[in-house]
Amino acid sequence: MFNSKGSILILTSLLVISLQAMGDDDEHEGKRNRADVAPVNNAAYAEECGACHFAYPPGLLPTRSWEKLMSRLDDHFGENAELSADIVKTLTVYMITNSADHSTFRRSKQIADSVKKGSTPLRITETPFVKREHRELSERLVQDNPQVKSLSRCDACHTNAAKGSFDEDEINIPGHGRIED
Amino acid sequence: MPMVNKVMIILATLLFTGLANATVVDDLLKEYQSAGAAEFDAERGDKLWHKEYPDPDAAGKTRGCTLCHTTDLRASGKHVRTGKVIEPMAPSVNKERLTDPKFIEKWFTRNCKWVIGRECTPQEKGDVLKFLMTQ
Repeated sequence: MFNSKGSILILTSLLVISLQAMGDDDEHEGKRNRADVAPVNNAAYAEECGACHFAYPPGLLPTRSWEKLMSRLDDHFGENAELSADIVKTLTVYMITNSADHSTFRRSKQIADSVKKGSTPLRITETPFVKREHRELSERLVQDNPQVKSLSRCDACHTNAAKGSFDEDEINIPGHGRIED
Repeated sequence: MPMVNKVMIILATLLFTGLANATVVDDLLKEYQSAGAAEFDAERGDKLWHKEYPDPDAAGKTRGCTLCHTTDLRASGKHVRTGKVIEPMAPSVNKERLTDPKFIEKWFTRNCKWVIGRECTPQEKGDVLKFLMTQ
């Protein structure tokens, strides 16, 4: 039999475990110990893509999206983002290796699963999963918010986006604050 | 490594980065001249820098260097679309400016095509570099 100290210890552990399970978000998973998507770990990618915008982790779009995007850098959402052929190749290899459909990270898998076959979204914000996750946000918080302006600025609100973490608890909308459940 | 050595290396690096600036630009200017450009003129570069071109995507709007880099070359600029901060263009306040020929050419290609709708000529690029070196 357990002595009283041992019982208390076991009870406390059980309590902690169940509180964690209850406190977790809508996925009902255990406490996560890694990021939602793999953070960028490629210096060339961070430099080239991060020069103009948040360097989106490749796990946010499927392979075919990255391939299409990288084939038209001279018209990159209306901007010219041309790069030499050898750099394009290096970056594309990294992007494809770590794309949503090649990733084991849970948010990447959710994004990849949400995109319909035959559809090739070029914007992360156009993937059904990301759209769904942001559908309740008003224009006041995003488009009309001078410190946010667009959903494409992940790191404006997701304070740990650069670490690949998009946890709800880490959201801080500038001029508004945390998201309440 | 002894402290003194470290300091020497840092000092040497700083010195050479400062020097590289002028050398890099001189090499590019020579390259532009062998591609057919005449003498370069900072004033012409200044005018080109401040010139505005019609925006093909928005009637009545214009594009130009200052749209993102602002008219104050010693201040930070901001990407017009993404809002990302662009470090100052003036080498006098930003020691990293004009130190990497590949970087310079990459941005000439992108920005000339986006702003003017074509690549800049060697003459135009040289004039702009001359102008930026005075800043």
